[in-house]
Amino acid sequence: MKFVGVTSCPTGIAHTYMAAEALEQAARDAGHEMEVETQGSAGSSPLKTETIASADAVIFAHDLEVKDKSRFAGKPTVDVGVKKAIADAPALIAQAVRLAEERAANPQAASAAGAGAGAAAGGGALVTKVDQGASVGTRIRQWLMTGVSYMIPFVAAGGILIALSFMLAQVAGGKKGAIGVTNYSLTDAAGLAKSYNLMTHFDPTSGMNWAGLLFVVGAASFGFLVPILSGFIAFGIADRPGIAPGIVGGSIAATMGTGFLGGIATGFIGGFIALFVSRWKVPKGVRGVMPVVVIPLISTLLTGAIMIIILGRPLKWLTDHLTDGLNNLGTNGAGLVLLGVVLGLMMGFDLGGPVNKVAYTFATTGLATVAASNGDAPQLRIMAAVMAAGMTPPLGMALATTVRKRLFTPAEQENGRAAWLLGASFISEGAIPFAAADPWRVIVSSMVGSGATGGLVILFNNTLRAPHGGIWVAPLIGNPFTYVLAVIIGTLITAAIVVGLKSMRSTTSVQATAAADQLVSA
Amino acid sequence: MSIITTDQVVLDLSATDRHEATRTLAQTLVTSGRVTDLEQFLTDVRKREEQMATGLPGGIGIPHARSAAVTEPSLVFGRTTGIDWGAEDGPATLIFLIAAPEGGGDDHLKILAALARKLMRREFRESLAQAADPAAVVDLVNKEVVGS
Repeated sequence: MKFVGVTSCPTGIAHTYMAAEALEQAARDAGHEMEVETQGSAGSSPLKTETIASADAVIFAHDLEVKDKSRFAGKPTVDVGVKKAIADAPALIAQAVRLAEERAANPQAASAAGAGAGAAAGGGALVTKVDQGASVGTRIRQWLMTGVSYMIPFVAAGGILIALSFMLAQVAGGKKGAIGVTNYSLTDAAGLAKSYNLMTHFDPTSGMNWAGLLFVVGAASFGFLVPILSGFIAFGIADRPGIAPGIVGGSIAATMGTGFLGGIATGFIGGFIALFVSRWKVPKGVRGVMPVVVIPLISTLLTGAIMIIILGRPLKWLTDHLTDGLNNLGTNGAGLVLLGVVLGLMMGFDLGGPVNKVAYTFATTGLATVAASNGDAPQLRIMAAVMAAGMTPPLGMALATTVRKRLFTPAEQENGRAAWLLGASFISEGAIPFAAADPWRVIVSSMVGSGATGGLVILFNNTLRAPHGGIWVAPLIGNPFTYVLAVIIGTLITAAIVVGLKSMRSTTSVQATAAADQLVSA
Repeated sequence: MSIITTDQVVLDLSATDRHEATRTLAQTLVTSGRVTDLEQFLTDVRKREEQMATGLPGGIGIPHARSAAVTEPSLVFGRTTGIDWGAEDGPATLIFLIAAPEGGGDDHLKILAALARKLMRREFRESLAQAADPAAVVDLVNKEVVGS
């Protein structure tokens, strides 16, 4: 296999190069090829674009932010501190091999992972998306995204299983099937017939029982959303010590009905308490029991107590009002369309950045609150709108590069081809290379297209129960044909605007950029 | 001028901790005029060390800093029976003190980069551990790092 890597360290005179050497040696010993870009003080020669393109995976061993990280976008990535590469380069190479193999076996899921959930793909050690030394705002976003990226698999498993259970229930149980299926559980629930207890009464010949099984498993997966979100926010902040207080706090937040707001709060509280306690200077004798007894005990107790005594009630109030407001918007058609437009604008604004993620998180957590309901709950329509709006920016760029090649540099045309697939798979980040090169023209066009699509999806009454997947989850979309229509309209709008705006600019600047691109790659 | 001379090799370095060891090694640079202000330089090294200990697996310590007190890129080598340098797998026996001037020239920094890479090679470390006298260490560094 072929790998590329980037190493960096605070002073840039020693660890950067030792890590590079260790990685290159380990790769060679394991029979692979590897080139490392040393971002140190002795000057670094950037990796060639072709080298990056042909690499099967990327290893970042860095203490400083990786320069021009977007060059590696979409590649399976191992992301660790510089010391890890010096201490155990063979393990990193093994991890890169594993990621590359996973990607080869399942390109679709892996590319989604590359965009949002790269952290979850790591086979060995858990990985955070946090850059040490980044600004406070960036780090808050990275903590949040660490939590969200570990939550996504639970959303995906739960959402799709529940959607399938409703589909099966409709076939097996007729009109009332989709309502009946929500009665299934693994206990004798009060007021329900004992036959709804799947543990004691599973009948393999009953279609409804199978639908109930899908529902119960899906609902179990959804039960983990808030605890996992919270636990891995805390993990992002405090590393391993954060997991216990984060997950326990998140579970309390979920039980108290404070939703994802509560989960985010417990994630931050648990993370910072764990970080604080783990930095205590303690005598050598106590140090051994710190990670196994002292840190989890203190941080978990404090996080739970703060949630129950102080934050629980106000957060519950806030969550209830948020949900009420949304439901009111749902009964009032125009309001919901407006919400669709606003969420669409947010999705198109920063293409995978914080604003986009707020809209996306809002939609996915809404999905969790209506797990058990059926039909066209406003949350399902919002999820549909958000996904469609996130698909149009890369699709619009792809279309624009196809119809007006001369407005784009060779590198952008290359990106445009990939953007078709990325857009169709709901990976908004596919438009980032375009936005980075020409922010305002691209962002204006992607916002308008996404806003229009978001509003249209609400108008068309489309619904979606899966949190991700783009065109690949079409069977789970309500009214898929109008849904595709909404996406096409947004794509056309975005492409038309970006072509229009770029045409107004003098063509010489494109040629200049193209020339510069060639110089750089030469 | 070479980044290392026989005066910058201490084969029987003895010290109780890494700070004292660093001071002993840095003193050789003051003597040769490569470091103008010992305290300033040690503060800079210590600051780097506090960010993250520079001990590495395989019994290596590489205290280092870019410092205004350094006049030219230099390397000091020290061999000890073992000083805790913060590495997970035990004390360090081969110590390299790397001193780089604040806005150092590229060529010299490249030499330090090459040295850092060489340190990851077992043969190089073993040759250093077995070097009979300071001249052998200087030859080794010049041959393996500067010459390459």
